[in-house]
Amino acid sequence: MTPRVVFPNKVLPYLLVAPQLAITLVFFYWPAGQAFYQSMLRQDPFGLRTKFVWFANFRKVLADPAYLNSIKVTVVFSLATAIVAMCVALLLAVMAEKVVRGKGLYRTLLIWPYAVAPAIAGMLWLFLFNPSIGSLAYMLRSFGIAWDPLLNGTHAMILLVSAAAWKQISYNFLFFVAGLQAVPKALIEAAAMDGAGETKRFWTIVFPLLAPTTFFLLVVNTVYALFDTFGIVHAVTGGGPGKTTETLVYKVYNDGFVNLILGDSAAQSVILMVIVISLTAIQFRYVERKVHYG
Amino acid sequence: MIGQSPLRTVIAHAVLILGILIVAFPIYYTFVASTQTLQTILRPPLPLLPGDQFWNNYTEALFGGVGRIGGVSVGRLLLNTTVMALGIAVGKIFISILSAYAIVFFRFPLRMTFFWLIFITLMLPVEVRILPTYKVMVDLGMIDTYAGLIIPLIASATATLLFRQFFMTIPGELVEAARVDGAGPWRFFFDILLPLSRTNIAALFVILFIYGWTQYLWPLLVTNSSNMNTIVIALRKMVSFADADTQWHLVMVTAMLAIVPPILVVVLMQRWFVRGLVDSEK
Repeated sequence: MTPRVVFPNKVLPYLLVAPQLAITLVFFYWPAGQAFYQSMLRQDPFGLRTKFVWFANFRKVLADPAYLNSIKVTVVFSLATAIVAMCVALLLAVMAEKVVRGKGLYRTLLIWPYAVAPAIAGMLWLFLFNPSIGSLAYMLRSFGIAWDPLLNGTHAMILLVSAAAWKQISYNFLFFVAGLQAVPKALIEAAAMDGAGETKRFWTIVFPLLAPTTFFLLVVNTVYALFDTFGIVHAVTGGGPGKTTETLVYKVYNDGFVNLILGDSAAQSVILMVIVISLTAIQFRYVERKVHYG
Repeated sequence: MIGQSPLRTVIAHAVLILGILIVAFPIYYTFVASTQTLQTILRPPLPLLPGDQFWNNYTEALFGGVGRIGGVSVGRLLLNTTVMALGIAVGKIFISILSAYAIVFFRFPLRMTFFWLIFITLMLPVEVRILPTYKVMVDLGMIDTYAGLIIPLIASATATLLFRQFFMTIPGELVEAARVDGAGPWRFFFDILLPLSRTNIAALFVILFIYGWTQYLWPLLVTNSSNMNTIVIALRKMVSFADADTQWHLVMVTAMLAIVPPILVVVLMQRWFVRGLVDSEK
């Protein structure tokens, strides 16, 4: 890159970055540092004395069956949400590619759940499926299914995954449509001339070429399921019944604000930070690859 | 273009319509429920067409004040949420465009240090450091204030990176020409850079508005008084599946009022929304 033409001012640039830097330092670096420090402290039950314990909190958290359970819950929840949301979105995007008339209308009607807050999405689904007044629960029962997400952990998980995936379909749909449009038409026509049917063309040409989009969406959806769905869990199940739907973020909140076990909660925060940083690193590697070969 | 049998086109339309039904049904159903009496809602299954209580329910929720959330009217909740969403959108765009401007168009000691300090925040959402951030809020006396709802959420790098990327594509000749004509940095910023960034600003605005409107964890933590609740939090407080006195018809009205504004923003500003979504993930 040629050296940029710049303005010669000496003081002005500092004033320009000052607001963002100040906010970042006060509301990001200071608390993040606190989280690291807290994660190595332990308070007695009355909050009177605090002791520096190095990594004991981490050892305790990682050995805690409740934490391991919540890792399992989170993995199941995130993968299920990502897979359901992506499969439905891909199917809809492929169909939307085939349609000539009404494309714009379909897109408009498919993107609005993006604007619904996750917590509200959860509550709407719970309204539909709650055992006492939900109309769809009523239908399930009339089919003879003993549906009760408030008591049955598996049912609760299915409800959470549906609500979380429902909200994410629009996002994935938009990206898959963009990805499909980037597939060269000449390749598809050539395959058609060689006698490949539509299904075969999709799996041998279109789907492999969509791989970068798919991978990117997998990361984004996992991050979404990890963090943005706190509202769904909190509003719909509160981690229950039992601890069958207690995700990692929910546990950080629960241990920190409800049970007030500060050291454990901070240690969990730090573990979460490590997870996010690795996911972001993966995402950036992918972006780099796109730049090189795209 | 490859020809396609009419049957396949019909199937495509059918699948899309089915998809739209799944996607739209919960929202439509909420609307239906918001126009029914409480008694109708409590006896499933609910009719599929709107009832006749539209006017009664909406006026009661908007002006009556709902008991369970401390007698605060839905109007007040909408105001809080709007202030929060607008504050986050405008605030984040404001601080990001300034710092991106400084980082691209000036050379000064510590420039790259600042850039990295900001860049790292990209990786860590507020959810992973809730407890210590909450403590900072308490220490600064920002609980139950609009500033407390807004400012911690604008400490993130996405918008800065987006503006930086865009500014780097602006040719140096433009800056040179402006300088030759005697324009200072402020003149350049307002007369050239801002007009050029219009679409980027619009796109970011839509994304950030939605982001602010749909926040849950943060408003849950920093608001204690029901006067300062956002509509999403208030909605959660109104609902109780365990006991029978949840005012479902009012809950449904509140839910409608909570989802319609951001949906309108997405649908009416669709072009910028799609652009903002795709751009901000690059």
